[in-house]
Order: sequence, then C-alpha cells, then structure tokens
Amino acid sequence: MATNKGRTSSFSRNFSAAPTSSIPGLKYGPNGTIFLSSGVPDLDSGGFHLGSLVMIMEDTEAPHHMLLLRNFMSQGLVHNQPILYASPSTNPRAFLGTLPTMLVSKDDRSRNTDAEQKDLRIAWQYKKYLGENKPHIEERDGKVEYCNEFDLRKPIEKHLIMGNRVECISLLDCSSLAGFRNSCSKFLSQLPRYDGNITSAGRIAIQSLCAPQCEYFDKEWDMLSFIRSLKSMVRSSNAVAFLTFPASLVSPSVSKRWQHLADTLLSVKAIPDEDKELANLLTGYQDMLGLLSVHKVARFNTQVPVILDATTYSIKLQKRRSLVLECLNQAPVDGSSGSSYGTSGSCSGSSKTGTLDF
Amino acid sequence: MDRPASFLDEALSLDDGDSNNLQPWIGRVVLVEDCVETNGAFVLHHLIKRFLSPNLSSSDSIVIFVAFAQPFSHYDRILLPLGDRQGEGVPSKEAKRDIGDMDWRDLVTGLELAWVGGLGFAELGCNLVVQRENKRLIFFDMLMLECPDDGVEDGIIALYGNIQKAVEAVSSLNKNITIMIDDISLLEVAANGSTKDVLDFMHYCHTLTTQFACTIITVIHEDIYSSADHFTLPLQMEHLADIKIKAEPLVTGLAADVHGQLTILNKGSSDGLGRWKSKIRNFHYRVKENSVEYFYPGGRT
Repeated sequence: MATNKGRTSSFSRNFSAAPTSSIPGLKYGPNGTIFLSSGVPDLDSGGFHLGSLVMIMEDTEAPHHMLLLRNFMSQGLVHNQPILYASPSTNPRAFLGTLPTMLVSKDDRSRNTDAEQKDLRIAWQYKKYLGENKPHIEERDGKVEYCNEFDLRKPIEKHLIMGNRVECISLLDCSSLAGFRNSCSKFLSQLPRYDGNITSAGRIAIQSLCAPQCEYFDKEWDMLSFIRSLKSMVRSSNAVAFLTFPASLVSPSVSKRWQHLADTLLSVKAIPDEDKELANLLTGYQDMLGLLSVHKVARFNTQVPVILDATTYSIKLQKRRSLVLECLNQAPVDGSSGSSYGTSGSCSGSSKTGTLDF
Repeated sequence: MDRPASFLDEALSLDDGDSNNLQPWIGRVVLVEDCVETNGAFVLHHLIKRFLSPNLSSSDSIVIFVAFAQPFSHYDRILLPLGDRQGEGVPSKEAKRDIGDMDWRDLVTGLELAWVGGLGFAELGCNLVVQRENKRLIFFDMLMLECPDDGVEDGIIALYGNIQKAVEAVSSLNKNITIMIDDISLLEVAANGSTKDVLDFMHYCHTLTTQFACTIITVIHEDIYSSADHFTLPLQMEHLADIKIKAEPLVTGLAADVHGQLTILNKGSSDGLGRWKSKIRNFHYRVKENSVEYFYPGGRT
C-alpha cells in the first residue's frame, strides 16, 4: 500500500536507520514493528505487521479474495514460514495444490541457468544428492526477496506443501469454534513473541470464517469472541492472521464489530462485465477483474493514522498470470463534447487546442 | 511565552486559563465515540498524559485503566514520546526553568531527554512503566477476558469488584481517581453480547463517581449501533455522560493534513454565575506522533 509521506518534524524517528532483519521474509519498520510480506508486491510498501489481524471483506459475487489468500500463503511457503490454513471445505488440503508458484522472470531464468551450468561444471556429480534438502528460499544477488511475484497459472512446487509445513483444518468439522481456537493457540505457541531477536514467523490463513455451511454460522457472538481471542493471541506472537469473511452474510451491526476488530481491513468487490458507464469512466476497465479497497491500516505503537494517497485499486492480472493492483485512473473527459476518451483506450491529448493549452 | 491552550482542553473545561495548571475532573462521566474510519483512542492518550503529567496540579491524579483493546506495551510506546513543546520543540523559558529547578530524580522519573540544535530540553513524556511502579497507574489487561455463557453476570461482577477494590485502595490517598475503559464495545463481546450486564456494570461504575468522586472515561464505537436495531447501550451511555466527544471523518473524507473532526458536547459547563449550560464545540484535528493538532476549519497554518 502506498503510504503517504507527509512532512516530518525534527522529532520524527529516523526510519531509514532501522536495521534489516536477518530472518528471511521479515523486515523492521518504525516504532519497533516488524513486517512480513502480503505476497502482493503492490500491497507491500510495508507489508503486514507481525502480530496483526488482517481481514478481507469478501464479495459473494466473485472470489477475488482467493487471489489475495493464495499469494499470502505462497509467500509464507517460499519463506519457509509455518502456516495454519482453515476453510469451510471437507478437504482443505486440496486447496494447497492451487497455490501459485513463484514467477521467474526471463533474466532470472537465464541467470539461474548460467549458475546451474557453473554448478554442473564444478560439482555436477553431487547435484543428484541435492533434492529436498536444498534451501527453498530463492535468492537474488545473494539476498532473499522480501516479496515475490507469483504465477497464478502454475501450481507451487510440491515439496513446499509436503510434510508438516501447512496444517489444514476444516471449519465444517467445528460445531463450535472452541476447538479451532485451541488449534490456533497451539500453532501460535510455537511462535511466541519475546523482546529481542525473533527466530521465526508464521501465518494463519482463514477462508470465509462465517460461511453459512458452518454449524456455528448463526452464533454471531461466538464468532466475535473467537476473532477477539485470535487477535489477542496473534498480538503476543510472531505471526500474522489473515481472515476473509462474506460481510453481507452477517448483520450490519456484527459486520461493523468485525471491522473494528481488524488491525488491517480490506475489501474486494466484483465489477460487472461490459458496463458501459464504468468503461467510459475508468481507464483500462476491460482488463480489470475487480476492485480492492483499503479501509484501515494497522497502527502498532503509534497513534498516527495511515492516510493513503488512494484507497481503491483495480485488481488485474498482468499477462494473465500475476496479480497487480493499480490506482484507478479516470478516463480523460473531452471538454468540448462532454464525453470521455474512455472508449479510445488512450490518454492522448486532444487535437483541439483551447485557450489554456499547456 | 505561555503555551497555547489546547482546543480540546478548553472544550473539556480542563484549562482554567493557566495551561500549566489544569483542573482535574471530579466525578465526571466522559464518553468518547468513534468509528472505523476515525479511531478515537488519541483522545484517551491525550487525557492519560494530562492526568499523569508530573509537573501539573493534576499530578494528584491516579488512573485506573481497563484495557480490552490494546496491550500495555502499545499505550506505553505511544505515550513515551508525547510531551509539551513549543512549536518544533523549542521549550518555553518556564519549562526550562522548571526543569532546572527540579530534582534530578524527578527529571528521570517520567521524563525523556533529547537534544536539538545544541539546545537541551526535556520532552515531558509519560512513562507508563514508571507510573505503574509509582502506583499512579493501575492497569487491568482484559484482552483475554471472556465470561462463560452461563456466568456472564458473575464475570462482570468480578470485574467491577476488582475496579472497586482498586478505587478503595487509593481513595485514602486523597487523589483524583480516573477510570478509563477502552472500550465498552469490546466489553460487550467479552460479555457474549449481554448488553444488560454491560449496562449494569456501567451503572455500578457510575456509583463510584458519587461515592469516591471518580471520573469515568470510556470509548464506544458509535457506528456499530447506528446500523443496529437497538440503541440501548449508546443511548444509556449518552444519558450518563457529562461530556461527549465524537470523532468522525469530514464529510469530504480523510486527508493527510486533516484526520477528522471532533465534536464535544459539554453538558456541565459553568458560566461562573452558578448557572450550568451545555456547550458544543467542533474543530478539526491532525494526529501526530508526539501530539495532536487542533484547529478550526480553514484555520490550520
């Protein structure tokens, strides 16, 4: 998320002097905070505060929240972070096969090929012994990427989702949320927060917590109580909880309570196909999948609110494979005719020159 | 040069004209209303700093903080650098003189020292750890409080009991006692949605205002109830409150230099002639790391 860089007084802390984290996939921020990546580069001017609860309000018309969820989980796997995943599915583990793999650019591919050739020349006979023991964290120029791009067309490597890396829980098996709360507590107990250096971080990903097919769906106060305790547990751990929920399926009052509980609050919205009005209004409408809005950004150890330059972004797939978020641009309006240039698809200047032609 | 009075302190009748001699509240109930877009916690931070500030007459205050929203470390970190400064940090002559006259132990206690441009000055902070050790701050961490389904009433009664004991323990010290609750919308969640028990709790706390002259300050998320079918809790709280502070966004939304607007309804304003009347103030604010700037619309320089 692009953060607003306002004027700073002589008393503002020197954020640039913050030390870089030695743990892959983490970085230090101001006010003693630590961030981990959302898995979406355009959402990562900082990332998600470690210890925070991130909530996504779903749109029941389109599954755009799943794009964010997948990238969040894939990023965690790439950084070797333990993940707890829960969904209202009978077989949540099957979802792991849909997680995207890292996007490798052509430059990286040729660089890797050169490096591999070099390795082969030096120690080709030992390459066969490198397999699952090979470090999973990809590096560029010797540095671990904080945030990677992911190729949504290709599934993540199998060895990343094997074993105990990802603990999966079906919310359909939960008659109440007490058992799930215990599972979260047990998972987070492995990632306690102490003052000083942290050694590891983890992720909790909960899909559609208040799905109607869950037995506890009509117990609104139980769900609120669970979220409140999850937030408290995560706050005292080295983890980020990422939770999506269909806001329209709970009462407005309860939805507001959920929103207040979130440290970071986003929402996704579908946009109708072939909407001529929107096409005239927005540049690049044809390439948009939906809209993402940022309602609240976590503020840890500070009272200063984060005011973004823009709070609504278009969700697009670049080259049909990687998720990108772009600020909305209004299509230029032709002042003489009153109609926009939106249908032309370009921002070229008018052929007519007015009295104030810059 | 006198420190300019804060609009907020003036509106809350905390400032009697001498900004270095803030008048403490006695037996008042203050309600802070906020919403998702504009969080009102900065008002609490401002008031904690005021009541626990070491060199003001309100240093005779004790704060009992009941936290449902954030851990102790969050408030401690926020309040540590907060202080009273002139402009960009040049201290007033009075502040420098006061610091020079102060015992070095007082300087260390609750103060954070910094240097700017060769000038030494003391940034009057609020070290909550020190205040807690000095028994001027009693902090109840209620983040994990949950009342069992069949024991909500007992849980709420136990919570009130702890607060009452804390008040009784310090009442003999002849200090002004302020109870802060952050926030009662989360207390409702802890009480499994039992609005009746939460209201009973607040009514019991209200008795402390008359019995021990306590002041109660609480936060409520107004937008939760504006979209609900029932308004019992906010209406009752507004009825109990002597002062209502509402933080909300501007009609035009939020901006980098204006974070929202505060509307303050002070029901108990005395005009000095024995008459009490309500006073409404409205101004804009911008929250900074170390302070909050208040200004009238269009009045920000």
